[in-house]
Amino acid sequence: MEKLTIIKSTFYPLPIENVDTDQIIPARFLKATTRDGFGKNLFRDWRYINNDETQPKPDFVLNQPQYHGQILIAGKNFGCGSSREHAAWSLLDFGFKVIVSSFFADIFKNNALNNGVVPVMVTDAFLEKIFQLGCEDTLTVNIEDQTIIIDITGEEETFEISNYKKTCLINGYDDIDYLLSNKEYIEAFETAS
Amino acid sequence: MGTTLFEKIWDKHVVKTIPQGPSILYIDKHFIHEVTSPQAFSGIEKRGLKVYRPKQVVATADHNVPTINQHLPIKDALSRIQVQQLKDNCEKHDIELYGLGHPYQGIVHVIGPELGITQPGMTIVCGDSHTSTHGAFGSIAFGIGTSEVEMVFATQCLLQTKPKLLRFNIEGELNKGVVSKDIILYIISKITAAGGTGYFVEFAGSVIRNLSMEARMTICNMSIEMGARGGMIAPDETTFNYIKGRQFAPQGEEWERKLGEWKELKTDEDAVFDKEIDIDAADIQPMITYGTNPGLGIAINALIPATESIADEGERKNLVQALEYMGLHGGQTLLGTPVQHVFIGSCTNSRIEDLRLVAEVIKGKKKNANVQVMIVPGSQQVVAQVYAEGLDKIFIEAGFEIRQAGCSACLGMNEDKIPAGDYCVSTSNRNFEGRQGAGARTLLVSPLTAAAAAITGVITDVREIL
Ligand code: SF4
Repeated sequence: MEKLTIIKSTFYPLPIENVDTDQIIPARFLKATTRDGFGKNLFRDWRYINNDETQPKPDFVLNQPQYHGQILIAGKNFGCGSSREHAAWSLLDFGFKVIVSSFFADIFKNNALNNGVVPVMVTDAFLEKIFQLGCEDTLTVNIEDQTIIIDITGEEETFEISNYKKTCLINGYDDIDYLLSNKEYIEAFETAS
Repeated sequence: MGTTLFEKIWDKHVVKTIPQGPSILYIDKHFIHEVTSPQAFSGIEKRGLKVYRPKQVVATADHNVPTINQHLPIKDALSRIQVQQLKDNCEKHDIELYGLGHPYQGIVHVIGPELGITQPGMTIVCGDSHTSTHGAFGSIAFGIGTSEVEMVFATQCLLQTKPKLLRFNIEGELNKGVVSKDIILYIISKITAAGGTGYFVEFAGSVIRNLSMEARMTICNMSIEMGARGGMIAPDETTFNYIKGRQFAPQGEEWERKLGEWKELKTDEDAVFDKEIDIDAADIQPMITYGTNPGLGIAINALIPATESIADEGERKNLVQALEYMGLHGGQTLLGTPVQHVFIGSCTNSRIEDLRLVAEVIKGKKKNANVQVMIVPGSQQVVAQVYAEGLDKIFIEAGFEIRQAGCSACLGMNEDKIPAGDYCVSTSNRNFEGRQGAGARTLLVSPLTAAAAAITGVITDVREIL
């Protein structure tokens, strides 16, 4: 996993609530057996008319050339529904490193963190402020300080992340490395029970 | 202070806790399927590891399999490769696979309980959000992502933060025409699709105690649709009687020993939950959803909320978008709306009791000529039982199509898809945009309400034809 410390970037606004993982990556694209290449199908049915790559829907944010960057801003309860990690893979493959919302679904949050995509939960009011910004305005997300800053105004909020997860992100470790380093405890547990 | 059912099981499975961090939780049973496992297998192989405890893993092929002609090679190349990879991976890692053609094959959350693999007190995971189903047996069961599947392969453990606990107490008498699917759709409509996030749920009360095991599974199955990590029900005689004698149930002395342990699995009187919600069964009517998340549900004879009546701007926008997608409008009734498809299946409602409910409603009747009705039993064993009980004759006579076991139109990954713009009255668990096929419009209901729509061709209050 890539090490993450500070991400400063413009963003894509997606002011929709309850974005479920079926929207992020529809089931028909789950037949792949590797983790790569999901980005081109990210939000597939919102992105193209009749599933046709030559007909992008002009009003969908990923198709609007004025937007770019590594941050996605979305309405509350982002990532609900299916546990498919393909949702996190498709966001990562498209180039997102941070998702900002006022609420995240549990399984998605874990899946994102396990792939080095940071879910940043902010208040409804802060989210609204970000939605009001222009397309060239930037945000700065600092993992170490647990802060998100609207650069143009300097307004800032802190966000929750466990110390453990923070260490993982900053060092590029994942949970499997950690679990494997605890093999002796696991074996002892098995013997005892 | 007493402890909850959840805490009793959790505490027994904690290997180690990281200070101010998650715990290492030991996993007893790990179910896998073809769609969310391949990248996990390649992940551990890249690390040079083998599956650590293959005997604790059970595999089946369900999400991406055809539901007709399962004896023939799968036509779609990508699906065929995915199913073949599961087979190769299971062989390589010494994992028991109930693949296509095996008499135990079926939807992972149907076969686990049916084979007696799912037992009280266990920790159970699967790379599928509806793993919550297994909580009906008094186990901690939850869905995980593929990286977590890889963790369990590598160490039989997961890193988990202890969730908050929420209990629903459901008391009273159920109304006529109300079954367990209506109970859970009602609860989700009250608490919303995100209202349970961060919680693990226990369902309790006299209504739950009086339900059969299969009805309990329907309820726990949909806990995830309120955002909860999982749902569970304390095991009792109904649970023990269900498990006894099943293929992988404990036997003899082992059974007695286990039974003794299982009887201890209940929430103490003085245990404290982070939140409790009381539900009066009398308030629950047959339910239907009208929007694009499972929280947007109403009693079948109620009106869809008027969009102007929603104060919160985000919620209102959401509803407007949902109704536009669904081709419906605020303030209207759903009753009488013509439907083109009825889908009876999915890990929520594809067990024999669900199919018996359907058969009871339609016996001697014919489906409406404008509706296509598909019954997809949850497992090969359910299929066998349908034929053994003669339900097949009732279904065929009514003009229903009986398919082979799989997830099918629940997620529209194989060729069982609902065409764009069509309405599908469905016993599955998700009504998301495009869930049953791009542009498909899903209305979630109980098996009874699905059967009623099949007969009349329109959305119908089942109480009128019972
Ligand atoms: S039936 Fe539907 S919800 Fe259940 S496991 Fe299959 S795809 Fe998931």
